Amino acid sequence: MKNWQKYLGLLISLLAVAFFAVWPLATGKPADREVAFTILKAIALAASLNVILGYTGYVSFGHIVFFGLGGYIGFYLISEQGWSLYLSMAAGGLISGLFAYLLGKAILRLRGAYFALATIGVNQAVLAFITNFDPLGGPIGMTMNFKIYQDYGGAAEALQLVFYLTIVITLITIIVSYLVRTSKYGLGLLAIREDEDAAEVMGVVASNAKTWAYVISAIFPGIIGVLFFFKNGNIEPHPAFPLHTSIELIVMVMLGGQGTVFGPILGATAYQRMRGLLVTSPIFKNIQLSVAGLLLLIIVLFIPAGVVGWIRNRFPNTRRILQ
Amino acid sequence: MDFLLASVSDGLLIGFIYGIAAMGLSLIFGVMDVINLAHGPIIALGMFSIYLLFSILGLHPYIGLIIVAAAGLLLGMIIYAIVVRRVIDGPHLSTLLATFSVNMIIIGLGTAAFSTAPYNIEFSLGRFSIGPVTFIVTRVIGALAAILVTAGLYYFLYKSRPGRYIRAVANNKAAAELVGVPSNLILALSFGLGTMLAALAGGLIATFFPFTILAGGTYELKSFVIVVLGGLGDPIGALVGGLILGLIEGIIPTFMETTWVPVVEFVMFVMILLVRPSGLFGAKQ
Repeated sequence: MKNWQKYLGLLISLLAVAFFAVWPLATGKPADREVAFTILKAIALAASLNVILGYTGYVSFGHIVFFGLGGYIGFYLISEQGWSLYLSMAAGGLISGLFAYLLGKAILRLRGAYFALATIGVNQAVLAFITNFDPLGGPIGMTMNFKIYQDYGGAAEALQLVFYLTIVITLITIIVSYLVRTSKYGLGLLAIREDEDAAEVMGVVASNAKTWAYVISAIFPGIIGVLFFFKNGNIEPHPAFPLHTSIELIVMVMLGGQGTVFGPILGATAYQRMRGLLVTSPIFKNIQLSVAGLLLLIIVLFIPAGVVGWIRNRFPNTRRILQ
Repeated sequence: MDFLLASVSDGLLIGFIYGIAAMGLSLIFGVMDVINLAHGPIIALGMFSIYLLFSILGLHPYIGLIIVAAAGLLLGMIIYAIVVRRVIDGPHLSTLLATFSVNMIIIGLGTAAFSTAPYNIEFSLGRFSIGPVTFIVTRVIGALAAILVTAGLYYFLYKSRPGRYIRAVANNKAAAELVGVPSNLILALSFGLGTMLAALAGGLIATFFPFTILAGGTYELKSFVIVVLGGLGDPIGALVGGLILGLIEGIIPTFMETTWVPVVEFVMFVMILLVRPSGLFGAKQ
């Protein structure tokens, strides 16, 4: 058994992500870069959601709260405090993680539908609070001073830099997702997903394991939020905490296959491409949401394991390479 | 003081309608352990049905409500038969996502048909005053209708045979099947009743507030808060929860900005879930 074959699953996932890094650089078109950026962002968000949703089995309807929170913190630090982008990314990720730690200690005690409801409540509470919180701009949000982009060599260079950083963060998200999946700790999470009480009897300290899974899943959206809103140039409460996007992320994870490393990558890519096609198609433009809903319904009713899960069950030989 | 009285009575009147919207959600959860994420769009469908019946056919809104109720019942049973029935025994994620896909389908079609522009119904029955408080007649009728619907639901659940079947299935589905209750039909009926209540609430709201196709989402979130206040699965708790929420919405604006209302509501929501998931009045688990 050659050693590198053990990592084939990770390698395939990383290559898939790398494709979206190389493709826009090869074509050199800014429009392609924007498409790739959207897909990479979706992959990072979906893969991080998968840690709590797919591995641990806790349905979070409020994953986007970490994206918005990180975005707001980063934006505030860059635009009002003059911090550098890198430090702000670290701060956005850390504070999102800290928030998830405190929040997780409280709400991860809830199971099933109660947890799902609580995450909706948390997202809406944070959204409503930020809307009223004047230091962060209240309902109108904040706008970046254009001069700040000069520190990075101008707006175009700043966009390019954000793209490179997004690639790096997405790759790290996938690696972490893989490490969690294949570690003993990840095995504990999967045990919690199957039967939390039985897992505790077998020696998994469920409350700690769950909380750390929640923290891991929160750090990456926090960092991506900083990058996204730095690139965006302004931040407002509703675009920062869209409940709808939270649910789209669940659709991506379900579509690709929850609990697998490659699933969220496939799901996020497929969902974003499909959305792009529907929005631009003259027939489906107006009802793209309905088509996405119908697709979700078909997945839930007929292939609940997602594409990757279905292939793994149908063709056991693929399990080594599709993780 | 006068402002407080006016604000509180307004809040309480709307609270009754929040109550029946939440009752629909609560009934469905109580009977089949499903959180219906298509609740909001169905409220919006109720609003637009009243709008179409009134503006195009010229039907009186309160007569339109009867049609809306019947259509809501039917729609709910169809959604149950096509979507919910297949996932009802699955994990929570499946039922949440299945009902959410219905939400997306309705919102997508609704947006294509009506865009997201605001609509309203040119309908008014005037107002009257008692002391310092002025009442808008349509809101008073809305509250009375909500009380009537609640009473009707209770009579149905406790006095009629299908109502007893619903309670039996909620209590223990397998045992109910053993004594010959057609559980699938009863579950479909419960889901239909739940969506009927949502559609009715939407129809009543449309008689006095402007609305968009997305407006149901706000009332759906309020319904979640109310259902948690009153205890998941307890319809009468939902009505009381609705009144409490209406009261809070009436009182808060008297001493702080109205925009703080959702902050208070959702913080309270998460707190109650954590401390007393069975609701303030402790419905039986």
